[in-house]
Amino acid sequence: MTSGHRLAEGGRIDRLKPLAFTFNGRRYGGFAGDTLASALLASGVTLVARSWKYHRPRGVVGAGVEEPNAIVQLESGAFSVPNARATEVSLYEGLTARSVNCWPGPEIDFMALVQLFSGLMPAGFYYKTFMWPRRLWKKYEHYIRKASGLGEAPAVADASTYDKMNAYCDVLVAGAGPAGLAAALAAGRSGARVIVADEQAEFGGSLLSLGSAPLPRIGGRAAGHWLDAALRELRAMPNVRMLPRSTVFGYHDANYLTIAERRHDHLPLGERAGCRERIWRVRARRVVLATGAIERPLVFGNNDRPGIMLASAASTYVNRYGVRLASRAVVFTNNDSAYGSALDLYHAGIEVAAIVDSRRSPGGEVVQKVRDASIEIIGGSVVVDTRGRRHLSAVRVVQMDGERLTGRPRHIECGLLAMSGGWSPVVHLHAQSGARPRFDVARACFVPGEAIQGERSAGACNGTFDLESCMGEGAAAGAQAAALSGFVARATKPPAVEASAPKAQPLQPLWLVPSPRGVSRGPRQFVDFQNDVSASDIALAAREGYRSIEHVKRYTALGFGTDQGKLGNINGMAILARELGQEISATGTTTFRPNYTPVTFGAIAGRDVGELFEPVRTTALHAWHEERGAVFENVGQWKRPRYFPRDGESMHEAVRRECLAARNGVAIMDASTLGKIDIQGPDAATFLDLVYTNAWRKLAAGRCRYGIMLDENGMVMDDGVTTRLAENRYLMTTTTGGAARVLAWMERWLQTEWPNLKVYNTSVTDHYATAAIVGPRSREVLSAVCSDIDLSAAAFPFMSCRQGAVAGAAARVMRISFSGELAYEVNVPANEARHVWDALLAAGAANGITPYGTEAMHVLRAEKGYIIVGQDTDGSVTPADLGMEWLVSKDKDFIGRRSLLRPDTARDDRKQLVGLLSEDPSVVIPEGSQLVDDASASASAPVPMLGHVTSSYESPALGRSIALALVKAGRRRTGEMLLAPLRDGRRIRARIVSPVFLDPEGTRQNA
Amino acid sequence: MLMIACPWCGPREQTEFAYGGEAHIARPADPDAVDDAQWADYLFMRTNPKGCHREQWNHAFGCRRWFNVERDTLSYRITSVYKPGERPAEPAA
Repeated sequence: MTSGHRLAEGGRIDRLKPLAFTFNGRRYGGFAGDTLASALLASGVTLVARSWKYHRPRGVVGAGVEEPNAIVQLESGAFSVPNARATEVSLYEGLTARSVNCWPGPEIDFMALVQLFSGLMPAGFYYKTFMWPRRLWKKYEHYIRKASGLGEAPAVADASTYDKMNAYCDVLVAGAGPAGLAAALAAGRSGARVIVADEQAEFGGSLLSLGSAPLPRIGGRAAGHWLDAALRELRAMPNVRMLPRSTVFGYHDANYLTIAERRHDHLPLGERAGCRERIWRVRARRVVLATGAIERPLVFGNNDRPGIMLASAASTYVNRYGVRLASRAVVFTNNDSAYGSALDLYHAGIEVAAIVDSRRSPGGEVVQKVRDASIEIIGGSVVVDTRGRRHLSAVRVVQMDGERLTGRPRHIECGLLAMSGGWSPVVHLHAQSGARPRFDVARACFVPGEAIQGERSAGACNGTFDLESCMGEGAAAGAQAAALSGFVARATKPPAVEASAPKAQPLQPLWLVPSPRGVSRGPRQFVDFQNDVSASDIALAAREGYRSIEHVKRYTALGFGTDQGKLGNINGMAILARELGQEISATGTTTFRPNYTPVTFGAIAGRDVGELFEPVRTTALHAWHEERGAVFENVGQWKRPRYFPRDGESMHEAVRRECLAARNGVAIMDASTLGKIDIQGPDAATFLDLVYTNAWRKLAAGRCRYGIMLDENGMVMDDGVTTRLAENRYLMTTTTGGAARVLAWMERWLQTEWPNLKVYNTSVTDHYATAAIVGPRSREVLSAVCSDIDLSAAAFPFMSCRQGAVAGAAARVMRISFSGELAYEVNVPANEARHVWDALLAAGAANGITPYGTEAMHVLRAEKGYIIVGQDTDGSVTPADLGMEWLVSKDKDFIGRRSLLRPDTARDDRKQLVGLLSEDPSVVIPEGSQLVDDASASASAPVPMLGHVTSSYESPALGRSIALALVKAGRRRTGEMLLAPLRDGRRIRARIVSPVFLDPEGTRQNA
Repeated sequence: MLMIACPWCGPREQTEFAYGGEAHIARPADPDAVDDAQWADYLFMRTNPKGCHREQWNHAFGCRRWFNVERDTLSYRITSVYKPGERPAEPAA
C-alpha cells in the first residue's frame, strides 16, 4: 500500500478494515469507507481514463455524481457494469474495475495518437467528414464507434434480480444534506409520512466533508455530533423511511417521483443475495428538494490534466477520505468557497503554493485566514495554461485586466490544482417537475423558478450556500410541507449554527478565462470533459450560425455524456451567450430530463423479464398436448399446439398427415382459445345488428351465424360465429387474439354511445373448453359418446347448436366448420375438458382419430378460402374486398356501414382477396411476397406492385401448392398470370383463381 | 404519470387506465343524412387543443367503465372527471 498518498489520520474511512481491489489488472489497497476514486487517489493513481474523442489523459475531477472522467467498467460477466463513476462506487473486498475507451490502458493508449490531430477535429467533425458519401458512412461508423466508445454492454445475462416498490408519502425529501435533514426532521416530528432519500451511502451531504479546520457548531454541538443525533432521531420515527444509496432520478406529473435504490453494489460479489436494485415509485403530497449544488470548473487552457480537480472535491478527498492528494497545490478561484478548500489542504499538510483569484482585491475574513496561514494570494490573475505529460506539473498564471491579459506570465509548480468557478444549484428535479429555473445574476447561477407542482427547494439547490440559512430553509420547507399535507407542524426554531465560514464576498463571474492566443488558436479550454467539447467548439458553432442552445448542444455534443453535463453545461451556455452577445437568461438552459443519473436497465425492467415478461395462457388440455409431444406456437398470450409430430416426423410430414385425416377420416383439435363472449339482455339482438354487418333479429334460438365486425372506417376487424342460445342470450366467438379487444370495443359502444341498450357482456373464454371434431367420420365418433342429441343431418343441420351430455358432461355442441368438413365443436366446462377429450379420443380410436394443430387448421381453412383476420386482412380491407358483400345488410345501420359508401371504399380497383396457383405446383410462394404484372418480368425496376401473398401452403388434399393474396382489382383479373419476384432472385409465376380451392358447393360440410 | 379519479373507484394510478381520445364526438344519429365530408369530420377530425381538453378514459384494469376527463394539455392538470352523459363539474376556463 502506498501510504505516501494517505493521511495518517482523519476522515470517515476505517483504517482497521483494509480492502484489496484490482484496477486495470493491478492490485491496490484501500479502506472501508473509500470510494473507488478515493482509493485510487490514495494509491497514487491519478491517470484513470482517456478522453472520449482525443484520448487525452484524464484524472478524477469531482467526488460524486458530477464526475465526467473517472468512468470504469466494473466487474465482468454477469455482474458487469459499464460506465460506473468511480466517485460513486463504494469500495469492497475484491472489486475489479478497468478504464474504458483506451487500449491497452490509460497510461499507454494507442489511440492517443489522435491528440496529434485534435486541431483538425473541430465540432461537427464526424458529420462533416464522414456523412458524405452517405453509403460509406456504414463503413466508417464501425471504426469511429470502436475508437470513441465508453463502456461495453455486458455480453451475458444479468445475474441479479430487481424489484419495484410503490409507495405513498406526505413529504418526500430528496437529498439528506443539512437542508434535507432539517426538512425531514421538521416534517417527521409532525407525524407526517416522510421518505428521505440520498444518493450516498451515508446521510449528511456536505457535513460529511467538513475538515479539521474550525468546524461549524450546530445547535451548540460539533456538526458531526448534531448529524449523529439527527439520524438517531429520524431512525426512531416509525413514520420516516430513510433510503440511503437511493437517487431520486425523476420528477413526473402529479408529484410522482422515481427513486433508484442500490442495495448491493457496495458488497463483495459473493455476499450479494436478493434484489440488487429497487425502483421506488412514489406519490408524494409534497416534495422538498434539497439536492445541493455542484461546483463549477473553470475554463482555461489545458484544464483537463490529471491533478486538476474541483476545489470542493479536493476538500472531500482530504477531509472525508484522508487522501494526501499532492505535496504542493495551487488553488484557482473566482469566489470565497475555494479559500476553505485551501485551508483544508493546508491543515492536511499539503503546501498551498498560491491562491490565484480572478478578483482584483479579494478581502474579508476567510481571505485573512488564508493570509494568516502564509499562503500567497495572487489577486486579479488567472491560470491560462498548464503543463505536465500524464499529470499536472505546473500552472501558468497571468494578470488579467478586464478581459485582457497583462504582465509577464508566472509558472508555479504543483501537483494539484483545485479550481472553483462558483456553484450551480442542482435544479434538475425542479425543472423536471415542469418549472423553469431562472438565472440569478447576483449569484451567477440558475435558481429554481416558480413551482408548478407541489414542491419547494431548500438549501444549496435553492441558491442558498451558507449552512445556517440552508438549515433554516430546510426546516421551514419541511414544516410547510407537513402542514400542507394536513399535519400540525410545531414551529421549531432551526438549530443555531456557529459557522466557521464567514460571510462570503461576492464572486466574480468567470465563464471563460481569456486565452493568450485567442480561443481558437490557444490551448484547448475544455467545457465538457466527458465529450471533449472545448470553448472553441462552442465558438465555432456560433460562427456557423447556431443560435439555440439545444442546437449547439446537439452539434457539439455538449452535455451529451453519461454525466449529462452536470459540470460543463452552465459554462457552455454562458460561453454561447457571450458569443451571441446575449444575456445568459436569454440563452437559457437545455431541457432537464429524467433521469438525473443513469439507471440500470435491470432496475427499469424489474421482475418483468423471462417467464414473467408476459403472462402465458394455456388451455385446460395443455398437459395432454405436452404428453403427446405437441410443438407449440404463441398466439397472442396463448400456447397452442402447432402440430403433433410422430416419431421422427418433420413438420411438413406431420401437417400433411393431420390434414388428410381431417379430410378423409376424423381429426380433433383443441379450439378452446377462441374468444367467447356471453351476451345477454333484451337489446342483445339490436346490439348485434349494430356490431355485425349482417342481420341477427331473425336468427332462431339454437342456430348459429357467421359474422364480420367492422371498425367505424368500414374495415374488417374481427370475425366469428355467434350462436343464439335463447331469446335474449347469445354466445359470440371471436378470433383468439382479438377476444379482449372485441369485448372492450363492444363495451365502449355500449357505455358511451348506446347506454340506453340493455345488454350485458361477459367474457367466458376460460370457462369452456372446446374440442373440434372434424371429418367425414366425426358424426360416428361423437355419437359414441353422446346419446341424447339426435346427430342426424336432418335433426341437427349445419350452423345449429344443441345442448346435451357428451361423455356425461353438460355440453353445447355446435355444428360449425372452419375446415369445410362435417364438423362439431363440443363446448364443455373447462374442468371437464380432459375427461371429455379422452372419451372422444377413445371413441375415435377405431377410426384413427388424429389430433391436429394450428398449422393443419390453417391449411384446411385456406383450401376453403376462409380468411384469418389479421393474416389475410390488415386493417385496410372491407367486406367487399374479401368478396363478402353477401354478408353486408342493406336494411339496417351498423358500425362502419356509412364508411363503405365513401368513394374510396366503393372503388372497384381496390385490393381484393383472390386465390393464386403457382405455375409449378410444387412451389409454395413465400407469404408476404410482392406481386407484379407478369409483363414486368422484362421491365426495369421500379414496377408497380399489384398486391401481396397473405397465406400460402402446400395442400395435401389438392396435391399442390395454394395461396391467398390481396391483388388490385383481383377478381377482374381472374385467369391472369402474376409474378412474385423474390429476394433470392427467383421469379415465381402464378395464376389468379377463385380463393375457394375445395368443394365450392359446400357438400362436405353439409353432409 | 397522472393520478386519475375514476368516478366509480376513486383516485388510481394512470397505469390502470386506457386513453380514449377526445370526448363528446357524437356519432351522427342518421349516418345517411351526412355527406362524406361531415362523416370524415366525425371519423378523423379532432381539436387537439393547447389547454383545456375533454377526453374519454377507460378504467381498463379496474372497473372497465368509461368516463370523461377534463384535462389541461399543457400542465396535465385534471380539472374535472365526470360520467358519460354528464357535463363537467365546472365550466372550462
